[in-house]
Formats: sequence, C-alpha cells, structure tokens
Amino acid sequence: MVRYSFLSLLRNALSYHENWPQAWRSPEPKPSYEVVIVGGGGHGLATAYYLAKEHGITDVAVIERGWIGGGNTGRNTTIVRSNYLWDESAALYEHALKLWEGLSQELNYNVMFSQRGVMNLAHNQHDLRETARRVNANRLNGIDSEMLTASQVKAFCPVIDLRAGGRYPVLGASLQRRGGTARHDAVAWGYARGADARGVDIIQNCPVTGFIIENGRVQGVETAKGPIRARKVGIVAAGHSSVLAEMAGFRLPLQILPLQALVSEPVKPIIDCVVMSGAVHAYVSQSDKGELVIGAGVDHYVGYGQRGSLMVTEETLAAICELFPLFRRMRMLRQWGGIVDTCPDASPILSKTPVEGLYINCGWGTGGFKATPGSGHVFAHTIAQDRPHALNAAFSIDRYQTGYLIDEHGAAAVAH
Amino acid sequence: MLLIDCPYCGPRAELEFSYGGEAHIVRPKDPEALSDAEWGDYLFMRKNTKGVFLERWCHSHGCRRWFNVARDTVTYEILAVYEMGSEPPALPERNLV
Repeated sequence: MVRYSFLSLLRNALSYHENWPQAWRSPEPKPSYEVVIVGGGGHGLATAYYLAKEHGITDVAVIERGWIGGGNTGRNTTIVRSNYLWDESAALYEHALKLWEGLSQELNYNVMFSQRGVMNLAHNQHDLRETARRVNANRLNGIDSEMLTASQVKAFCPVIDLRAGGRYPVLGASLQRRGGTARHDAVAWGYARGADARGVDIIQNCPVTGFIIENGRVQGVETAKGPIRARKVGIVAAGHSSVLAEMAGFRLPLQILPLQALVSEPVKPIIDCVVMSGAVHAYVSQSDKGELVIGAGVDHYVGYGQRGSLMVTEETLAAICELFPLFRRMRMLRQWGGIVDTCPDASPILSKTPVEGLYINCGWGTGGFKATPGSGHVFAHTIAQDRPHALNAAFSIDRYQTGYLIDEHGAAAVAH
Repeated sequence: MLLIDCPYCGPRAELEFSYGGEAHIVRPKDPEALSDAEWGDYLFMRKNTKGVFLERWCHSHGCRRWFNVARDTVTYEILAVYEMGSEPPALPERNLV
C-alpha cells in the first residue's frame, strides 16, 4: 500500500497523476477462507479491517453483490452523532464516535469527518421534555450534549425560522458539538484499502445465493462465482438481511423499508451545522460541494426498490420550507432511496445466530452510517472470539425472546 | 406513489392508506402455553419477502376498512387485492434474490 502524504502527492503530480496504484486489488475468490463477510458496505469492510488489524485474522474475503459502498453506505445523509438515550446504545454509538475522531489518521485516508455540531429540534412541550431527558441521559453517560433555548438555536443556526410559518415553531433543541458529517464513500474506500493492504480479498459483483451448512455449522457460502468454503461467516447485508437469513434457515425481527434522501443544486456556504427534526421528518446539512443534503422519513411498506415515494418527499420538503423559508426557491438535483432494515426497538442486532459459526450484524435501520467504525470493531471481536464484545452483548437476537428491548425510536430521529 | 385498489372504494392514492405489515399472521389461541421463543416469533419475526409479498392495508382516510394485498416488493406492482379472512388467490412465483 502506498502511503498517502504530501510527498506522495507531490511525486505523483510530477507524472500528471497517471501512476497512482489501485487502492485495492480485485482478486478472484480462493476456494476457502477462514472468515467470509457477506456484504461490502461500510460495516462489512470495517469488520474485515478490524479482523485483520485487531485479531490477526487476515485470511478473509468480503463478498459484495454489487460494488463496495453502493448500498446504504453511499445513500445515507452522512450524519454522525452518539446522543442515544439508553446506556447500551450510548456506549455503542459513543465507541463509534471516538473511532471516527481518529479515523482519517488511522486509515491514512481522508474521510472528511467534520464535527460541525448536530442539533435535534424540539417543536412542542413534549419534545422539550423528551429532549431534556435525552440530554441528561447523555451527560450521565459522559457524552457531550447540551440543551439550547430558542434564541440559542437561532444564534447557532441563523438561517432557521423559529416561527416556522406557525406550523413547526422551534422551542429549543439538543446540540451535540462533537457530532457532524463524514464523506460516506471515503469511509468504504478507506476501510477497503486498509483491509486489502492487510491481505483481505474484496470480491465485487458476486451475489451470495446460499449457505453451506453441515450438522448445524456453517461451512461456507454458495455464490455466483461458485462455492467458497469458510470456517466462519458474517452477514452484514442491511436491506437484504432477511433474504440471507431465510437462506440460512432462521428468522429476523426486521421490516425492510425504503428510506429516501435528496440533494439540491450547489450553493455558497449557508448552513454550517446539521439540523434534524424527528417530529417533522426532515434533516438537513450542506455538503462540501455546496449541495443541501436533505433526508426524509421512511415509506411505511416493505420495499426493495431503492426508491422512495413522492408523497414522503413532499412532506419532507414542506417541513424544510417552513423551517428554512430561504430555501423555498432552490431546485433539487437528485432524489434516491436506500432500503433499511428496521428493528421493532430501533436498535441493531450484532449477534451470533442459531447456526454455529454464522454471525449477523443488521437492524441498523435509518441510522447505521454513524456507527460504521464501532459496528465493525465490535462485530470483528464477536466473530474472532465467538462471543460478543462487552459493548454489543445486549444487542443479541435473543432480546426478542427475553424482552430486553432497547427502545431508541426517540433518538433514531427518523420517523418509522 | 402506489395506486391501491380498495375493494370497497376503488382505486385511491397511497396517502389515503396506512400499512399493517405481513398478512396471515394468526394470533396464537393460547399464548400462556407458548415458549418465549414461540411468543417472540409471533410478536417480532417477519418474512420481508423479496418478490410477491402478502400484506395488510387499511383505507384509513376513506372507508377505514382493512384488506389484504399481494404486492411485488421489487417492482411495487399490486397483483391482487382480497378481503380479510379469505385465502390469497393463485399468484405467479417470482421470488428474486
């Protein structure tokens, strides 16, 4: 792996940037590996990276049906924060946020992590009470979080209209200053490059069509490029988790729902923080290219179409126009959808499965991007040690039998 | 946006309806007799079929009646609409991976 630095940039400038080596190889799959990861999104690639780096397991393949980072990793609104309510989630998301803070240096790849501050708005008395409760819970867990009054909201984000046309008055907000955004493609590419350098094979355009299971133990996967044997298999497939679980013969408590986002034409810097509102199903930030990045709520039916319903777009933009009247005349450039795997308690599943040697990381629903480094880190531990890391022990699939649910619908901040 | 053919009111836009998830899940007659795993399966586990999926919809801003729909979850094409309590009609196999 060529280390990226000012000197390497200078050296390659002399040859007109025509001699940069590929960031990762595209090998043909070997007949067998120690670990196969199904799914080459951010979480899957991070898992492979930490398996190699933290656990010395380098005989790993990441198998991706399309191209890496082409699913939800490249379709989210890039928001990173850790202000979750319950102790278990706070610890997991904060673990991820701490990894984010050193990620560009760790990967020698600029993931453009920008801690510009994330505001979650409160529009009525109930919102205010819930927000205060979550801020207090965050602070007890050592997570930076503060309560803003309406005038402090206006000072932090001057373009917001506190009256919001009378429909969505802003009474206050929570603010996590360490939250922000990151460039989502770079996260997939950075982890892919780091994993590849440590010997991980990244195999793209290779759908998994089944699992090889003998005597209740996984022995590998069937793929479009033939069978690949493996001692252990991790499923990190987001919207296709239920399809894969069915192939392996167990069930998941998910609903697969389309979630959409859109970007505007690029404009000069106008909003330098992230504004979210769970109550009106809208969140907005501005990318480094100048586009407003706007996220919506989910479509409420099962769908694999990777597109969102126009009625949801309309509802979201109506709320954005009330909160930011100066955006009313902006034109939208692109709209797209991802298919998200939502759990009944809006918390993820990082768990062993009924099949020996088969592990699953799913259920991140509308908010998985922010957890990418932490998710990969603890899931690699779960696979390598065959037992959960302390941080994901509570996120087992068994909680849907024991009733130990971790309800994060409030902190998830996206309507579903 | 989906155009859903309510069996009682005719075709209406998706925004008049609310979604009830997977159809034909039968509430166990004697919950006390179930293990935690069986009860958890009834409460939480869902199919999410990629392909033809049987689901419930309610015409909540119309006649407010529930009914079943067979819909392709990839193309979103609605293949059949049928009443609560009745068996699904014969449908083409088109489960995809």
